[in-house]
Amino acid sequence: MRDFAYHKPATIEAAAGLLATIEDARVLAGGMTLLPTMKQRLAAPEALVDLAALPLSGIAEADGVVTIGATARHADVAASPILARVLPGVAALAGGIGDPQVRHRGTIGGSVANNDPAADYPAALLALGAEVVTDRRAIVADDFFVGLFETALAPGEIVTAIRFPAVRRAAYAKFRSPASRYALAGVFVAALPAGVRVAVTGAGPSVFRLPAMEAALDKSFTPEAARAVAIDPAGLNSDIHADAAYRAHLVGVMAGRAVAAAIAFS
Amino acid sequence: MAEVVGIGAAPRRKEDFRFVTGRGNYVADIVRPGMAFGAFLRSVHAHAEIGAVDTAAAAAMPGVRAVFTGADMAADGVGGLPVGWGIVGRDGLPMKEPPHPALAVGKVRYVGDAVAFVVADTLEAARAAAEAIVVDYRPLPAVVDMAAALTPGSPLVFDDVPGNLCCDWELGDAIAVDKAFAKAAHVARLKLVNNRLIGNPMEPRAAIGEYNAGTGQYTLWTTSQFPHVVRLLMGEFVLHIPQHRLRVVAPDVGGGFGVKQFHYAEEAVVTWAAGKLACPVKWVCERSEGFISDAHGRDHVTEAALALDAEGRFLGMKVETLANMGGYLSTFGPNIPTNLYAPLLSGVYTTPAIHCSVKVVFTNTVPVDAYRGAGRPEATFVVERLVDVAAIEMGIDKAEIRRRNMIPAEAYPYQTPVLVEYDSGNPRACLDRVVELADVAGFPARREASAKAGKYRGLGFSTYVEACGLAPSRLAGQLGARGGLYESATVRVHPTGQVTVLIGTHNHGQGHETTFAQIVSDKLGVPFDQVDIVFGDTDKVQFGMGTYGSRSLVVGGAALSKASDKVILKARKIAAHLLEAAEQDVVFENGKASVAGTDRAKTFAEIAGAAYVPHNYPLETLEPGLEEQAYYDPVNFTYPGGAHVAEVEIDPETGVVTLAAYTAVDDVGTVINPMIVEGQIHGGIIQGVGQALFEHGVYDPDSGQLLSGSFMDYCMPRADDLPKMTTTTQSTQCAHTPMGVKGCGECGTIGSPAAVINAVVDALAPLGVKHVDMPASPGRIWHLMRNAGLAQAAE
Repeated sequence: MRDFAYHKPATIEAAAGLLATIEDARVLAGGMTLLPTMKQRLAAPEALVDLAALPLSGIAEADGVVTIGATARHADVAASPILARVLPGVAALAGGIGDPQVRHRGTIGGSVANNDPAADYPAALLALGAEVVTDRRAIVADDFFVGLFETALAPGEIVTAIRFPAVRRAAYAKFRSPASRYALAGVFVAALPAGVRVAVTGAGPSVFRLPAMEAALDKSFTPEAARAVAIDPAGLNSDIHADAAYRAHLVGVMAGRAVAAAIAFS
Repeated sequence: MAEVVGIGAAPRRKEDFRFVTGRGNYVADIVRPGMAFGAFLRSVHAHAEIGAVDTAAAAAMPGVRAVFTGADMAADGVGGLPVGWGIVGRDGLPMKEPPHPALAVGKVRYVGDAVAFVVADTLEAARAAAEAIVVDYRPLPAVVDMAAALTPGSPLVFDDVPGNLCCDWELGDAIAVDKAFAKAAHVARLKLVNNRLIGNPMEPRAAIGEYNAGTGQYTLWTTSQFPHVVRLLMGEFVLHIPQHRLRVVAPDVGGGFGVKQFHYAEEAVVTWAAGKLACPVKWVCERSEGFISDAHGRDHVTEAALALDAEGRFLGMKVETLANMGGYLSTFGPNIPTNLYAPLLSGVYTTPAIHCSVKVVFTNTVPVDAYRGAGRPEATFVVERLVDVAAIEMGIDKAEIRRRNMIPAEAYPYQTPVLVEYDSGNPRACLDRVVELADVAGFPARREASAKAGKYRGLGFSTYVEACGLAPSRLAGQLGARGGLYESATVRVHPTGQVTVLIGTHNHGQGHETTFAQIVSDKLGVPFDQVDIVFGDTDKVQFGMGTYGSRSLVVGGAALSKASDKVILKARKIAAHLLEAAEQDVVFENGKASVAGTDRAKTFAEIAGAAYVPHNYPLETLEPGLEEQAYYDPVNFTYPGGAHVAEVEIDPETGVVTLAAYTAVDDVGTVINPMIVEGQIHGGIIQGVGQALFEHGVYDPDSGQLLSGSFMDYCMPRADDLPKMTTTTQSTQCAHTPMGVKGCGECGTIGSPAAVINAVVDALAPLGVKHVDMPASPGRIWHLMRNAGLAQAAE
């Protein structure tokens, strides 16, 4: 790891100021991806701006909207009684991220802003039509996840919270890579008032929706209906663990398991 | 424990107190005065000519003390890394043995080949400078696949090794095998792959070199399984440092598995650099660096055939193997797929004719060498997969076909057609016991229960025999070993009766400090906590060949047993004098020498006191002091063996294989500490399961890049991948080792891959699947199931 400056501002304004003035400063929001890449000397930011001291870790629900602060750790989300009541699918997803060490360091904001193609949270945000709240604006999930490790965030923009609709009929299922235990294919299914939404992570260059499966589940919200949808392997990832055909198959299987879990929650 | 803890007891391990309380002393923990830090620049190309290496910018960076290249070392007369074992081809010619410079010269031959070494005041400065070195690589086409490497026109790893063929080796009687096949009622054939493995001991490798300009003495601290051998190889062949001026210390070492039983380039480079710069130089391997610089294991492609008569009796076996050596020969590389492989193809069976040919091949990959089991898991996998294929094709029960062909207990000692003579064993007893313990009779009900839950279930057998306790030096010499394979031990009795043992094996997880103390405690009657075992330092320990090949207890323990007997012999002489009795009337037992039939006795501590304060002592006939040394060279290999049963369940939706149950019955000879044996068997099984289900070193065929170069892609077995295992021993005594021991360090690794894969194939047999390559990963299983389904649908 190369040398870097470390800042731990107490306010969002101070954090934004640091990011605006220091060239090549990076936000540290758990560091579960950033720190390993720095250790491997693949990333060498001038400075880290640690968000840990900001008052952004709360979880609250009002009027059918669940707000999770950006620095809420995965373990906090997994254990939240509020989420267990109104959005159990997201709590269960958080409880399955990484391992206990990662869940006690990694944050929802960090995961979302990093947009790793195999991260779990992006599937939840996209399927639930969540909003990413920043220090400047709110961005809907459909506009937020742009591509491989790419988001709609402007330079220096800080994610402060995620707003989800409170939906019990929503759940996630993933198939873990045997080696890394990241999702080879993860599917979040959400039965929203306006219709079913299905988002897939791990299988493509970035999280994406499956309109054909959404239509099928609108007709019949059953695991069988999910499994019956043919998934096109074109454009899906292929690596030494899973080629595109296997990933496409896993998307169907995981969608079926997610629907079964969503039914169990509702 | 202030009491005698003898053979067969299971005390807690002595060494664990310092390990679990964070008081271990590993190479990375060692800090020397004025120490500098080293970093290697490694090739990013699988195959390239090295043009100019511009080190000027790197050398000018702050804190940098020196930048060294292969040319610098060559100019200084540094030699190449030697090979410890030479083999001879079927043409009678020795293997091709190209030079292996510590830092690459002329060409790089694999991704990770070391090109330059930077020494700096801090590790960060060294790393930054290594990145600033500009190497003018001229990339060449690379070859990583063995069949491709042997094809005319393939890129050549070494220009003077035609066809990349290091050696075309054979063992056995080809004519007898052809006759056997000619009269066979059935021939079972199989092509299989023994997947490349990357050992990944928990502690990465590390080395510190130091030079004392005042005495001319060099010291190397290194993560090694055999410090004396490193001293010999590095001192004599690479750096030309006389043995008495070179000390090699291997302190606490966090796992070896073979990965640390080679003399590595980094050891020579830090020692040489320390001499050049007159300061200690430390290098600690990073995990990612380890993936591309630790020797890898296995990597065979094999075509095998088994000839049977109409009753399923084995008539002959024919095996043709391609074995990958990687980009250079590692210390024992060529020995593993030949001498440690082909002689095990008889397994526990009476196969009368066996022939094995092995093409040993260079490719642009990390060098391949011994990894836990080393040749024997590969052989067992070939034999036990073939036996299953034959059983299925001939419609014979899989346990029955094994029983029908097993060497009967009364036939030992048993001479196989492939060189080795098994001294002892009872494979039938192991098989019968494992069939009972694994409840094979209840399997159909369990398979039905799995089917009701939508899962496939399979059961697989594996039996095995291994040759370990390396090794009888004379035989090893005939097979090409360039060193001896004996072991040595000194039993140093202190004036107060406590004992220090100095032994040439190396403890890096095996529990020697406990097991060896039990042997001494048992023999001398000294309390267990008054015996300490010293190893791993060439300045303390007389000599030793180290720890590998399940040899420590078998060979080192035998030396210790012999040395202890010598101590007893002298103690009896001293006691006879003290007791004014004839020596032949003095018996030594339970820590006391007494005159037979009387209550006159001297304790061991009293005898030791007399030996060191010889006021009343037979100085005319006996030297003072009580310290004895023994070297032991075994008369044969030992042949542990056993029978394993694996049971798997497969999720047809995802292809995930779950190991549902594992049962092992092993014949390890006399058991000194059953807890430690159980731990060794468990660990071995887990590593074998790793090969069968998870681990795979994968290279990109075009670029030669290692695709499984981190734990993100190289799948290690984890605790939650494993069931509760049932393991037990069903031992016969080794006929030729002093205590009847056979060794147990590799049993699990040797027996388990075949058992697991046989179970996977059994589970998928209803789909028409006949073979599954390792690792049986979910993606691979899903494709097999899908293709089988498509094939069935087409019919």
